[in-house]
Formats: sequence, structure tokens, C-alpha cells
Amino acid sequence: MEVNRRGFLRVSFAAAGGLVVSLYLDRTAPAQEVGMPRQPAKVYPPDAFVNIRPDGMITIQVNRLEFGQGVQTALPMVLADEMDADWNNVIGELAPAADVYKDPLFGIQIVGGSGSIAHSYQQYRELGAKTRAMLVAAAADRWKTTPDKCRTEAGVVHGPSGQSATYAELAGEAARKPVPATVRLKNPSEFRLVGKRVKRLDSRPKCDGSLKFGLDLDLPGMKVALVAHPPVFGGRVKKVNDGEARRVEGVREIFEIPLAKGSGVAVVADKYWPAKQARSLLNIEWDLSGVEAADSTELWTRYKQLGQTPGNVAGARGDQNALEKVAAGNRIVAEYEFPFLAHSPMEPLNTTVRFDGDRAEVWAGSQFQTVDQMAVAEVLGLKPEQVTFHTEMAGGGFGRRAVTDSHVQREASEIAKRLKGTPVKLVWSREDDVRGGYYRPMHFHRVEIGVGADGFPVAWNHVIVGQSLLMGTPFESMLVKNGVDETATEGTADTLYNITNMHVSVHHPKVNVPVLWWRSVGHTHNAFVMETLIDELATRAKMDPIAYRRKLLKPDAKKPLSTLDLLDKQTAAWRSRLPKGHALGISCHESFGTGVACAVDVSIENKRPKIHRAVLAVDCGVAVNPLTIESQFQAGVGFGLTQLMAKGAITLKNGIVEQRNFDGYVPPYIGDAPVAVDVHIVPSAEAPTGCGEPPVPVISPAVVNALARLTGKRYRSLPLVSI
Amino acid sequence: MATFQLTVNGQRREVNVDPSTPLLWVLREDLKMTGTKFGCGISACGACTVHVGGVATRSCIVPISHVGDRPIITIEGISNDAVGRAVQDAWVDQDVVQCGYCQSGQIMSAVALLKSTSRPTDQNIEESMGGNLCRCGTYPRIRAAIKSAAAQINKGGA
Repeated sequence: MEVNRRGFLRVSFAAAGGLVVSLYLDRTAPAQEVGMPRQPAKVYPPDAFVNIRPDGMITIQVNRLEFGQGVQTALPMVLADEMDADWNNVIGELAPAADVYKDPLFGIQIVGGSGSIAHSYQQYRELGAKTRAMLVAAAADRWKTTPDKCRTEAGVVHGPSGQSATYAELAGEAARKPVPATVRLKNPSEFRLVGKRVKRLDSRPKCDGSLKFGLDLDLPGMKVALVAHPPVFGGRVKKVNDGEARRVEGVREIFEIPLAKGSGVAVVADKYWPAKQARSLLNIEWDLSGVEAADSTELWTRYKQLGQTPGNVAGARGDQNALEKVAAGNRIVAEYEFPFLAHSPMEPLNTTVRFDGDRAEVWAGSQFQTVDQMAVAEVLGLKPEQVTFHTEMAGGGFGRRAVTDSHVQREASEIAKRLKGTPVKLVWSREDDVRGGYYRPMHFHRVEIGVGADGFPVAWNHVIVGQSLLMGTPFESMLVKNGVDETATEGTADTLYNITNMHVSVHHPKVNVPVLWWRSVGHTHNAFVMETLIDELATRAKMDPIAYRRKLLKPDAKKPLSTLDLLDKQTAAWRSRLPKGHALGISCHESFGTGVACAVDVSIENKRPKIHRAVLAVDCGVAVNPLTIESQFQAGVGFGLTQLMAKGAITLKNGIVEQRNFDGYVPPYIGDAPVAVDVHIVPSAEAPTGCGEPPVPVISPAVVNALARLTGKRYRSLPLVSI
Repeated sequence: MATFQLTVNGQRREVNVDPSTPLLWVLREDLKMTGTKFGCGISACGACTVHVGGVATRSCIVPISHVGDRPIITIEGISNDAVGRAVQDAWVDQDVVQCGYCQSGQIMSAVALLKSTSRPTDQNIEESMGGNLCRCGTYPRIRAAIKSAAAQINKGGA
């Protein structure tokens, strides 16, 4: 029987008594093979999003990685709402790598740019509505009536004469109905889930230890691998003495592998501990010739020098000579330093690969499935469709699991290639991660501002120095223009403040340290510079920091203005009665389409900022799950505070990273985070925008703005070593 | 290699491992109990926290040969304890978790805190939970969940 893809899907799943809806039903591409069952057995319906099981449970494929942001709950909510499914029966599953799960805008499977909800909201609504329409059509047929006379509620279709049938009962017949080309979507007033505070689907298994992350994967015959990396990025193995290492019981193989840059030594063992012991016993002579030994002190000197003259122009408007017309006494000159930062997600990086010669299977908590799948295929000499790629639940990521060179997957594949047929789990220990590069780049900013008689800026010259994230990657052609990597200037070159005469330029030095987007990317440093300087201007003008920002924002800066209004209203009473020794700090920044205004109550305890409360106002369009959004902002500010930690920096000396683990690179613990965080969401009917990254940029400038009120000092060099 | 007799969540278990193997890896790889997490390996993040002889312990730095006959309780067994169950329920009720990777350790530390201090202040919480890292930054909800669990336990709900 010759069936097209659509027919194949229909027949096979209808036979199993379930309904499967595929987004691109008419595609003729071959179906990706279903992966081997894992524990617990989990079958991925190829290229499909909804599966109504005979037992009434509905599995919804999530085309994203879940790593804390709550999308494994939010996208099923969106689909289930339009479908009128019973939420108690909904299961969210992380989809494997496949064309059908690519981000509708980016064209690759990715979690990035805070786009999961922003880009898939419409997609999941339509999928839900189409599924519902097919179920209703099946019911109407059964009852010899028309779909418009039927209604749906909580997984049941009701007919005009009191008939009813569950979705599970109708799934088989519905699967034979045509997929409607267009479908009516709900009015927001009809939503039963979207806009409600819905608890996460993954809470309980994350609280009882039963949820399996990528690192928890256990396959029959699996081996664990660690790699000894060169002490300087790009170094190569010259000579290995592995005699002692091989004597460790449980060690199976030790061999050299190529790395993204340079080479390393892989140790494969039955378990983690022998692999770790053996690796520490390796005696490796490295060839570091021709490899630049980056050094933080030298880099600062170089960056500062570069910053004294303009670079490639990222934004220029108004009178470019305006600064010269301002008297020296009315100028502010400010220089900022931002160090390298590691993402350090709690779950150490890992990937499991099994190579079977003509195909491979991969298990990875990846933000970048398409890219990582291709990388594995390339190393193993396969086509991407010969690589079954399972998306594993991940313990954080913050950008670290979206790497353009897929270095972790490449290493794992190099090792698996040698151990054909054996699943190999590559683990990057915490030390490997802290010292392994792919950091938020170091940045230097130099800003000269001319202040007008009314206290507002009449000239703003801004030079940014920092490595490009995208030059030399496949994304270069999209996001690097005229020598400007937009990810380095976002938040400054496109500022929403009405600065009439402004010049922003950038230098992108080449440095032998791999760099990567770190949650909120360029906004991490650009928002800090902009929001501390705006605050300084407000203080100088003796104006209220909220009023000053409102006046300086462009009239069409809708979201910053709406959030400042809401923040003002929500904090009016609280702001005026802070205890003695406490100070208020304000900031406001839009990123990834979401506006955020922030107020903090800060005092100084043990020579560190103590944040008693943070209040945030957020404008993110339709708030799909206000509970998750609240959580993202409450916690995301804690992540943002990494920048202010006394030991929140990665530094290099003679090419070697000086920090090794959480003793040298110290992120915020509970006492460093705000004691309480209130989140207020601006009511909106506009398309939803992202909430993963926007919490991060606002917190650090707000805190140092408060510190400035307490100490009279401006803090421009991070980390915040002393106050 | 040597043989060790352990009591984990009330059950007798026997493992044959190198005596230097940290308890963490025995739990995860030999006993296949992966609820206890590996985060740093130097007792700096708390993701591997379990109770050994009733004391919250970083299992990543305790060699299996040092455990002796002290009973071990892990996240998989904590719901058998009234305080443990109350803490887990409070965590779910307050929607604390995000990525969730650190939360086994957070819960084990919180249970230890509530067993010694039934009405913890913010200061108590910061001290007892001060070694448990959460990169997502769920700290405000962790505080709220600890207080809510305490209230539940004190009114006899646990």
C-alpha cells in the first residue's frame, strides 16, 4: 500500500487508538525513526505534537528544552486551552530533534532569545484549535449533526441532544478527518488556562528525586567518560604517560581526541569515580606553541586603550560634535569594566552518545538540538537524520547549552566513535566547566556625556570594547553588520531614551578565550552602563529617578513607560518609608521585547549589599502563566546578581583560568539574593514576549544605584569587590 | 575494592567499591538512586545533600569507608518522614522549582533545619540554607516554602 507521510501517520496512530496531529502534515520528508525505548519507556510520535491515548491521557510534545523556564508547562497550557482538554490529563514531553520542532521564526530547534512562548504561542494555539475541530467533526458525524451544534469542555464533546463523548473515545474517528486549513481561535475571554496561575507539571518529580536529568541517564553497558583539556585554550597533546591512570580499577580506555580547538585526552571507565581518579593520574605534556596565552590584566590595558577612540559605528544620531560644545564642568566621563562570567548551570554539562555504525543515538539537555545533531552526524560521518537526538531535561543552562561549535557533543561523539555499540556518557566536571571557556565576554565601556542646563543629556559618546559572540559562527551573516556584532551593543545603540545627539561604536578584539551568550547577552553590561548613568544624571538634576526616566524616555517607549507607571503606583507608599540606613535603587530596561522596571531596598551588611526587597513591574504582553512569570522574575534577579558577587569573575593569568570551582567563582547564595521579590504584571492583550532573560539586566544597576545613595560612590568596575 | 554494608532509607544495601568512592557516587551509580545530585564535588553547592546519622551531609566529599553504620536518608526516602513530607508538599504548593536540579539538596537541608528549629527566622534560614546553591535563584520561594512547611508542622498538619 502506498501511503504518503500524512497517511502513514494517520493509519499507524489511528490503529493504536490515538490521534496524532502533525504541524506540517503535507510534508513528504521521511519520518524520523523512533528512538530506542529508554527507561521509563517513552515513545516519541514522529513529527507530531498531540497524542490522545486510549486511557484519556494527552501527551503534548514541547518543541523546546525545559531547563527551568517553565515552557514544559506553558506550551501545553496554550495548546490544551484551545483544544479544551482536561488539564488534569495533560503530559508535556520534550520533543526530540526533528524538522517539525524547529522554532517557527529561527528555523532551527532552539531555546534562545527568550523566544519559546513569543514564537510558539500562535503555533500551539492553532495546533490545539485544529485538534479540537477534528474531534468535534468526528462527534458530529457520529451524532449525524453539524460541528457548530456541538460544544467542548474538559476533554468531552457535547452534542445538541445531550450526547457526549470523550476525546479518547473520538480519537480514532477524528484521526480520519481532514486537518482544517484555518480554524477559529478563542477570544481571550474564553481562555480557561492561559492567563491563569497554573502550577508546573514537573514540580513533584523534581521534589522527590524521581525526575531524570541528562546526567542521570543509565543505559545497559554504559560507560562514563571524562576528558583532560589543555591548560590553555587550543593547546595540543604532545605526550601522554597514562601508566598509573590505567591501573585504576574500572578504567577501560584512554586515548587522545581532537577538540573544537586543539586536542585532549579521553578517559573511559565503568563509572564516574574511577574516570575522575584516572584523569587526575594522567601525566600529559602539552604543546602550547602558537597558542595565545590570554591574560586578564593585559587584556584590560588593551581594552582601555582601544576604548579611547571610536570603533565601528553601531548607532549615530543628531549632532556628532555636540559634546565639544559642552563646557568641561558639564561633562561626565565614565569608564566601566565587566569581567568574563561563567554560566555554571547546576547540572554539569553532559551528553550521552551511542554509535552503531550506520546510525547513532544521542541524549542531551540541549538548547540547540538542530546544531548539536548536525555536529554529532559530522563527527560520526552520518547524515543528521541518522542521528536520533533525545532532548533530556536539563539542570539550568542560561545559554551554556546553546553552543555554536557543539563542543560537548563533538567530544562525546569522538569518544563514542572509538567504542562502537557502547553508550558513552561524557561528563564535564564542575572544574571543566568553570575553566572550560564559553564565557560572557569581558567588556570595557567608555562614555562621555554632555549635560544640558535642564539636567538632561545633550551629547552621548559611547565606545564599547569586547569580543564578538558571533563572528566566525554560522550566525555572523545574520547578526553582524559593518563590523558590529549587535549582541554587544543591544540596549545601548537602540536605547529607548530620547538622547538626541548620540554616537555608539564598538571594537571587537580577537582573544583566545571562547565566549558565549550569557542569559540576556549584551543587556548584561549595556543595561548596567545605561541605567547607572541615567541614575547619576537624575541625581545630578536633583530629580526623582522614576520621574527622570519617564521624562527622558521616548514617548513611544510604551513598555518601559507602562512598567514605570505600575512600579510608581505599587511602590509609592513603600518607597517613602524605608528604614534608616536603607536606600532605594531604581532601574528600567526593555530586552527581548519585554519591559521591566525595578525598585530595590538595600542596606550594607558586612560590607556587602543586603537586598531586603525588590519590586518589579513587567510588561510582557499576554501573560500566559502569571505564576511562572512571577517565578522567573523573582529568581532571575538572583541570577543577575552573579555580576555583583565579590568573586563573580573569571580571570586568566598566562592563558590559564584562575578559578576552578564554586570556591573561586562564587555565584549568589540565599543570603545574597533579595529576601523578598514582588512582581507586578502590566495587564495586556498584546502578543506575548519573553520572560527568561528580561529579569537579569535590571537588578545589578538598581542595587548599585541604591549603594550610590548610601555611600556617594559610583560603582563601575565589576565584580563588586568592595563597597 | 571492598564490601560495605549500608542502611539507605531503612533498607540494608551492600556495595563493592573502592573505599575512596564518595557516598554520592555510590548512591548514584551503584545503588541507582539518582535523586541525589552531583554539582561541584567539593561540598560548595549542596546539591548532593543527604542525611547521614540524622545530620545534613554533603555526600560528594564523604568516602564510603567513612560512613560506618550510620543510617543514610536520601531524597527518595524523605517522604517517609513527617517533616520531609511537609517540606516536599510545601515545595510543590509554593511552586518553588525551576530547573529543579538543586532542589533535592535544598529539601534535604530544609528538613534538617526544621527538625532542629521549628520556627525558623530569616536569619536561621540564611544560615542553614547558606551552602545550597540555586543558579535559577529560587531563593525567595525557598524561604516562603520553609515558612509554610513550618506553619504546617507546628499546627500538627504533618
